[in-house]
Amino acid sequence: MGMTKTENTSSAVKQKKNILQWFNSLTDTNKLLLITIVAFVLMYVSAMIFEGKGFLKPQALCNILINNAALIITACGMSVVMITGGIDISVGGVVALVSMICAVYLDLHGGNVVVALLIALGVGLAFGLIQGFLVAYLEIQPFIVTLAGMFFARGLITIIHSEPFDVKNEAFVALKDTRIEIPFIGSFNNRGVFMPVYINIGVIVALVIVVLLFVLLRWSKIGRHFYAVGGNAQSALMLGINVKRTRFLSHIICGLLAGIGGFVYVLYVGSGSPSNALGMEMNAIASSIIGGTMLTGGVGNIIGTLFGVLSLSTIKDIVASAGLTDPWWTGITIAAMLCLFLIIQSVVISGKRKK
Amino acid sequence: MQEGTVLEMRGIHKSFPGVHALQGVQFTLRKGEIHALMGENGAGKSTLIKVLTGVYSKDEGSIMLDGHKGEVSIKSPQDAQNVGISTVYQEITLCPNLSVAENMFIGRTTAGAVLKWKDMNRAADKILKNLDIPAKATQQLGSCSIAVQQMVAIARAVDMDCKVLILDEPTSSLDEQEVEKLFKLMRDLKSRGVGIVFVTHFLDQVYAVSDRITVLRDGKFIGEYTVAELPRLKLVSTMLGKEMDDLADIKEDKAVNSQKDEVPVIEVEKLHSTTGIKPFDFYINKGEVNGFTGLLGSGRSECVRAIFGADKTIGGVIKIEGKKVKIAAPIDAMKHGIAYLPEDRKNDGIIGDLSVKDNIILALQVLEGFFKPLSEKEKNKFAEEYIKLLDIKTASPETPIKSLSGGNQQKCILARWLLTHPNYLILDEPTRGIDVGTKVDIQKLVLKLASEGMSITFISSEQDEMIRTCSRLVVMRDGRVVGELTGDDISQTKIMSTIAGE
Repeated sequence: MGMTKTENTSSAVKQKKNILQWFNSLTDTNKLLLITIVAFVLMYVSAMIFEGKGFLKPQALCNILINNAALIITACGMSVVMITGGIDISVGGVVALVSMICAVYLDLHGGNVVVALLIALGVGLAFGLIQGFLVAYLEIQPFIVTLAGMFFARGLITIIHSEPFDVKNEAFVALKDTRIEIPFIGSFNNRGVFMPVYINIGVIVALVIVVLLFVLLRWSKIGRHFYAVGGNAQSALMLGINVKRTRFLSHIICGLLAGIGGFVYVLYVGSGSPSNALGMEMNAIASSIIGGTMLTGGVGNIIGTLFGVLSLSTIKDIVASAGLTDPWWTGITIAAMLCLFLIIQSVVISGKRKK
Repeated sequence: MQEGTVLEMRGIHKSFPGVHALQGVQFTLRKGEIHALMGENGAGKSTLIKVLTGVYSKDEGSIMLDGHKGEVSIKSPQDAQNVGISTVYQEITLCPNLSVAENMFIGRTTAGAVLKWKDMNRAADKILKNLDIPAKATQQLGSCSIAVQQMVAIARAVDMDCKVLILDEPTSSLDEQEVEKLFKLMRDLKSRGVGIVFVTHFLDQVYAVSDRITVLRDGKFIGEYTVAELPRLKLVSTMLGKEMDDLADIKEDKAVNSQKDEVPVIEVEKLHSTTGIKPFDFYINKGEVNGFTGLLGSGRSECVRAIFGADKTIGGVIKIEGKKVKIAAPIDAMKHGIAYLPEDRKNDGIIGDLSVKDNIILALQVLEGFFKPLSEKEKNKFAEEYIKLLDIKTASPETPIKSLSGGNQQKCILARWLLTHPNYLILDEPTRGIDVGTKVDIQKLVLKLASEGMSITFISSEQDEMIRTCSRLVVMRDGRVVGELTGDDISQTKIMSTIAGE
């Protein structure tokens, strides 16, 4: 008996050791990704157990996606810039500007939805090009450049239109209200009728972008160049990478995605308002960090960013459904969560560097 | 170009404002040889390498490469790589966040925009195995030891078909075993016909792997020798530019003051810091001037930095007048009456935008604490007193220190420490880059202070200076104390033979 017991414990210790070894053999990016996913699953499952009802329905998860599609898209762009070692705090402003321009064009000028999308892309691209040029080729601090971009975008919004208004363009409203039902997944309502879960167009766009960017970062040369430049720009230069062009591209991608994010945003809220997307850049940064992207660059993953947005939103929902409806509670919990993730990052990453 | 030569540099000139860094230097590298490039600080080694790798453009001279007709023009590190010149620097120039395989292949011109991970990992594993490098292709580079990272950098260079491999101080951050591994790899590459330029300041290592040695001094080509032609002692004397017989030592009145029974002002046992020096013992008596000597990089500055608490110590005991003290940071040392004039005046010494006056009173103010600010009157009094005492040439005490000449800046820093009235003053290269007149002033001042009872450690690259001022010399080589010279033993010959280990 005693023998088998010690054997059991020793094999358990061995297994534990193996898991630890396996974890240590992962790259920094994958370690942080794993932590993010595990944290999200734990959080969601505990919400299901302790908060019950609302979280048990599959639609709850879909609603999180629907509510945050624009944030997912912008946070993806932010992650690309952050992986390259930069930052872009203009994205919130760009999203708001794009949503306002689209709203004005669609409602007051009776515009076409496709043209509105092109305008959104154009505005985002313009911000990406100019900011990217200033950061990459004139070597100005990205924080300063994009801070200016943020003020510029916010200022422009009020010039265009200062009052909030709803967009009543028919084609637009139809697109906005399009629900895409996912067959076989769903729940029964209290009358016993099966209600399949649904998502909207914004979610589809967001998920497509997540997949595209994931592939770009993992399997394309330029994607790996982003990581190299973020890891050590000087080394990247010595390894024969065009550092300036890589930085430039990262800002273009981020700007473009902010443009798309703006379109998806206006599609979700259905109105133009100067207070649109307030503080979105900070949520995008927070999501990226929770998703395992490091502010110092070189480490990060788009799947992680997706989970970062989901975690951020879930924690807000949990706080709200726990009855803490005052806005400061959300702020405090997010702060605590960010802090926790930053500590985990620094322990995971720096613990190894010391060796 | 002769048969079997891979690289030939002839008559290379390079000037920077105020310095003629390379004056007609030549360098020849043959196929399958390890060629050590030696010289003291400022000899022009790194300038030569930077010219070769396209970081600097040369003013004059020609570079010829095997397989290229006529001169090659190298305008950027990229050009250098393309013609087959690869460099591995002391600091790793790879990306620690990427995998080993990615670091070997990223940024190289291969077709297509898509990355084939499988092919890449397989190719990387093959090269790693071939060169016997203990790393896996999929491993993150940052998780490898520095030595392995260095080898990965070499593997990348080799795989890019380099004909000339430059290793610039590759061993400074490696331990002995790792160095051995690196040497094995170097010998292996040599047998494959790669020409290796090896820059190092470790004499043992030069003799362990090199076939030939080229010595530079003060930007001039001194000679090219086979290892057999140039035994250590001769190498040291060639690098320092001192002929063995030409040693009319100037013996002046030295403040020799070292009774054995006296309790030393500072005594250090087995002190060990994180900078790679070996544990060392040291003591200094009241009114004594002693010095650390050795070649550049031998650890002489690291020793005094450890005493001052400027580097993190990891073992050993420091005793002040027989009592054990704990020095964890410079402020602790300052409180115990130790002052340190750092080697790197620009980064560790002056605060450029502050006035001469504020720079002078800084250390005293720190000692007093910032809550007891010195009055403006006191500050002016101190500043003027020391400006006069040390003959600092400044327009006024309010002039920003950065507008002063190097020598006068140095005097200000000296004033800063003298103002704290230390018992033990450490001067690390106090006379570097300053004119002869000031040098003599500083030497005289050192002897005067010692005669007044201050203990002083003096470090200088110029041995004449050390011989003139110090009554005891601690000799270092490769991070280790290898000897101690006193009295008549303090001579050029003896110092050089101790450094060389013969």
